[in-house]
Amino acid sequence: MPETIDEQRVRRIGTLSRIALSDAEVATFSRQLGDILAHFDKLQELDTDNVEPMAHAVELTNVLADDTPGESLSREQALSNAPAHDDDLFAVPKLIGDSQ
Amino acid sequence: MSDDVIITPIIGLEIHVELATATKMFCRCANRFGDEPNTHVCPVCLGLPGALPVMNAAAVELAMTVALALDCTVPDFTKWDRKGYYYPDLPKNYQISQYDLPLGARGRLAVPVTGDDGVVTTKTVRVKRAHLEEDAGKNIHDRGAGTGVDLNRAGVPLLEIVSEPDMNGVAELLAYARAMQRLVRWLGASEANMQMGQMRFEPNINLNIESGGRTYKTPIVEVKNLNSFRALERTCAFEIQRQTAEWRKDPEGFSLETLGKQNRGYDDAGEKTVFQREKEEAHDYRYFPDPDLVPVTISDDWRETVGGTIGELPLARRQRFCDAYGLAPAEADALTQDAATGDLLDAAVATGAEPKRCVNLLLGRGAAMANERDCAIGALGVTGVALGALAQMIDAGEVNATAGEKIFAALADGDADSPRQIAERDGLLAVRDSGQLAAWVDAAIAANPQAVADATGDGKKQKKAFGFLMGQVMQKSRGAAQPSEVQKLLSEKLS
Amino acid sequence: MTDALDMTATQLRDAIAAGDVSAGEATRACLDAIERTDGQLACFNEVYADRATQQADRIDQRLAAGESVGALGGVPVAVKDNMCTAYGRTTCASRMLAEFRAPYTATAVTKLEAAGAVILGKTNMDEFAMGSSTEHSAVAPTRNPWDTSRVPGGSSGGSAAAVASRQCPAALGSDTGGSIRQPAALCGVVGFKPTYGRVSRYGLVAFGSSLDQIGPVTRDVRDAALLSAVIAGHDPHDSTSIDRPVPDYAADVHTPVEPLRIGMPREWFTDALDGEIAAALRRAAKTYERHGAELVHVSLPHSRIDVADDGALSSYAVSCYYIVCMAEASSNLARYDGVQYGHRTDQAGGDIVEMLCRSRAEGFGEEVKRRVMLGTYTLSAGYYDAYYNKALKVRRLIARDFQQAFERCDVLLCPATPSVAFELGSKTDDPMAMYLQDIYTNSLNLAGLPGLSLPIALSDSGLPIGMQLIGPALGEQTVLRAARMYETISDAADHKPSVTAS
Repeated sequence: MPETIDEQRVRRIGTLSRIALSDAEVATFSRQLGDILAHFDKLQELDTDNVEPMAHAVELTNVLADDTPGESLSREQALSNAPAHDDDLFAVPKLIGDSQ
Repeated sequence: MSDDVIITPIIGLEIHVELATATKMFCRCANRFGDEPNTHVCPVCLGLPGALPVMNAAAVELAMTVALALDCTVPDFTKWDRKGYYYPDLPKNYQISQYDLPLGARGRLAVPVTGDDGVVTTKTVRVKRAHLEEDAGKNIHDRGAGTGVDLNRAGVPLLEIVSEPDMNGVAELLAYARAMQRLVRWLGASEANMQMGQMRFEPNINLNIESGGRTYKTPIVEVKNLNSFRALERTCAFEIQRQTAEWRKDPEGFSLETLGKQNRGYDDAGEKTVFQREKEEAHDYRYFPDPDLVPVTISDDWRETVGGTIGELPLARRQRFCDAYGLAPAEADALTQDAATGDLLDAAVATGAEPKRCVNLLLGRGAAMANERDCAIGALGVTGVALGALAQMIDAGEVNATAGEKIFAALADGDADSPRQIAERDGLLAVRDSGQLAAWVDAAIAANPQAVADATGDGKKQKKAFGFLMGQVMQKSRGAAQPSEVQKLLSEKLS
Repeated sequence: MTDALDMTATQLRDAIAAGDVSAGEATRACLDAIERTDGQLACFNEVYADRATQQADRIDQRLAAGESVGALGGVPVAVKDNMCTAYGRTTCASRMLAEFRAPYTATAVTKLEAAGAVILGKTNMDEFAMGSSTEHSAVAPTRNPWDTSRVPGGSSGGSAAAVASRQCPAALGSDTGGSIRQPAALCGVVGFKPTYGRVSRYGLVAFGSSLDQIGPVTRDVRDAALLSAVIAGHDPHDSTSIDRPVPDYAADVHTPVEPLRIGMPREWFTDALDGEIAAALRRAAKTYERHGAELVHVSLPHSRIDVADDGALSSYAVSCYYIVCMAEASSNLARYDGVQYGHRTDQAGGDIVEMLCRSRAEGFGEEVKRRVMLGTYTLSAGYYDAYYNKALKVRRLIARDFQQAFERCDVLLCPATPSVAFELGSKTDDPMAMYLQDIYTNSLNLAGLPGLSLPIALSDSGLPIGMQLIGPALGEQTVLRAARMYETISDAADHKPSVTAS
């Protein structure tokens, strides 16, 4: 039987994903996500104790570029897709501080 | 009651240093501060759909240089991870960083700390890790109702250096921060200019308190994004005071066990820290290996090549200057604030000049000019060969000290002639022609009978009058007479 | 101009070079075909009629001037709407990017144009390539030209349906877990996913970055070789791109692989597979055998398909694949926040977090939300080891199975899809049922291997059945040659769908 994950958890995932959810969506996702997670749990059947995780499909290393300046976009190009901008900056609602 | 209370601050520091590469970490946009907003941006650093990062080799090497200079273990294998959080100055809403395999780990930095008594001791601060990551852009708040975002800084390579909580007071903390600034500049890894945000601090502070046979630990407070040494100093001084006071009010409740870690922000105007509430999911960064970037493997050869560029580090050089050149600790300190100044001294000494004589020039006229120009003494433009030649001329009595300073200034002003050519050209060579010297001495004696009378008497004015006559002779020689010769001749004539 | 529409890309290129048809005529024929049939099919999200015509006319001028015009000189090609072009929109069939105009062009598209291809427009897809039916398009569901009540597969459903219906001779798709091969199989055309890293991903809007790969959708294997040769190659803008010379796939595609050892993964020929498809594949295997190939049984234990008592299917590979691709997607799609580009809500007061949450809620469709949320969950504190890290370990086991299999054979012969094209709406309420469409295709994305699907038969209901051939890493030539061999020795070719422009 498909599991469900409770609605409170679905809402928390929504917040972490920055997706506003309607009550109907919360109900649907709570059922569907549980069902899919139950499939994911199938991997627990496998013993992977001495297996290295495989993050890349091909094993490449040391792909490095020279520190030589190249072309940038013009500011007009950079701002051209922005939903809101002023003369030279992307515009967002007021907030405080930098992320770092 | 507090007689038996021993309070020890426990301070760790995260330092963010922007690396001095020509281009950003993952694209070839210029890494440059202060230009018009959003002019050094491209699909990669804007995080446009479909754009992919390619690692800047210079960023990796500069980070390795710093890690090796900090005695860190630089591993054979390192990789890049994504750190997820949403903020408008972070275009992809994840930051490319290093999570479990940083470029450097388990290092240390020896730091000279000047105590209240003026005695300098060396404190070793352990470095937990040093990892490479990309900087975010800048949010600009002084534009009307909203916030503006400038992404010129987005993707600039950033080295995060995390110390162990080894510092036990504000003096040690500041000394460590300054030593780190000196080190990264020394290595050419960063300009570490605080005003430009090229070096930023995040201290974490708590107190270890021994009282009544018990040990108390106050909550660890982390303060983000400090942009000056002053803010760092005020923050820590304030926190030590605040935590002490809080603990005294409630020794059981105000504890690490009960309250855990806290975030506080620095209030610049009030010079204090204020509590910051955090969202529950704030630290759920969902790190995972970045599939767009491949790992970097570091061979012994590569490590040695990069390590080979490091050369002598500030503290070692300081010690050598004291031991080999016989400098006072304060002199050695002043000459090891940057690499170029010490390099200049070494180059001058290598020409056969007396170290002490070179140091006098560097810390005299040199320091004054460097101060005026806001640059290092070593960056004034005087070469080691010229400095060495000048010092040797002074030692040989070919020019006197005053003329030496003039010649040094001319060299620092870009005079292309050699010290000897300058001395000859400007008539600064010491006059040793005894006939000429005698004539100047005679003229000075003839013109100043009162001074002669005072100088030959044994009254209080004797010394002063002799000095006055010396000055008169020097003036007539336009500075070119060798003072020791003048003194000798004048004494003879007056006796 | 029905003649031109029936030609393969290779034939058309040769006809243009010989002066039998002009590039302008060929392009106008395609534009006209799209005009006539796309109302029924919804293959295209945007058509660059003016630009394509000008491009084609320029090719004709260059030909007239005696210049050589490239390996695809004058051939009209469509590209999936998740490849950036510095002209037009790149929408990923999402409301989020409905108005997005990229300031740069994807490397693969640049290479097409450099080889003389004419870019017709952008093809429909499941939103952000998440889906197996093209029903998750914010524009419209694409229809299968063999039966418009059925799906064309996905996510490159627009590309596959456009090529099948003769709107154009060739198209580019992208394949994260089967998104080229599955729609090609359901639409009766050839779809090829090269080795991961063989074709640059620069400019391909990311879904699952460690799995995504661009490849061609064509009407025969020769064209698949031709387009692959054009778009493959190292790109300094993509750190995961392989820096190895690209063989001229088209030049030797006709050379049979001799001897040819064909591996048949026993885990994929079970009761879980549709009987008609299994029979068609066995017939195909026999055909190869009759022409000298050796059939060997191989094992892919970690791609095994389990059938529960209630008939429900499951597989380690499918679970592994969805954990990996959703985790990567949750991070890749974090950038769509309505700040630098993309949809921004007008419903958020002054609060930045609300602005983000609402913009994403309005901009993303249901399937994208589901995957972003699941990906976020599997990466979140306390779950990383159980889901994501576990999946990366299983991924290695899956890749090892393939390595071992290729010690005993040159290519694997296997199903491309568990069934023929299904009815629109039949799986949209059951995400897991939709995910299981990938059951035979996504394990090779995890391993990074090349895979091709080609039509081998029609079902009793008259719908195409595809066969998948899988090669070892960088084994493109072997796969293409083996597939071309089948085309030559079999008689399955030349069925046409019911909706066709020619």
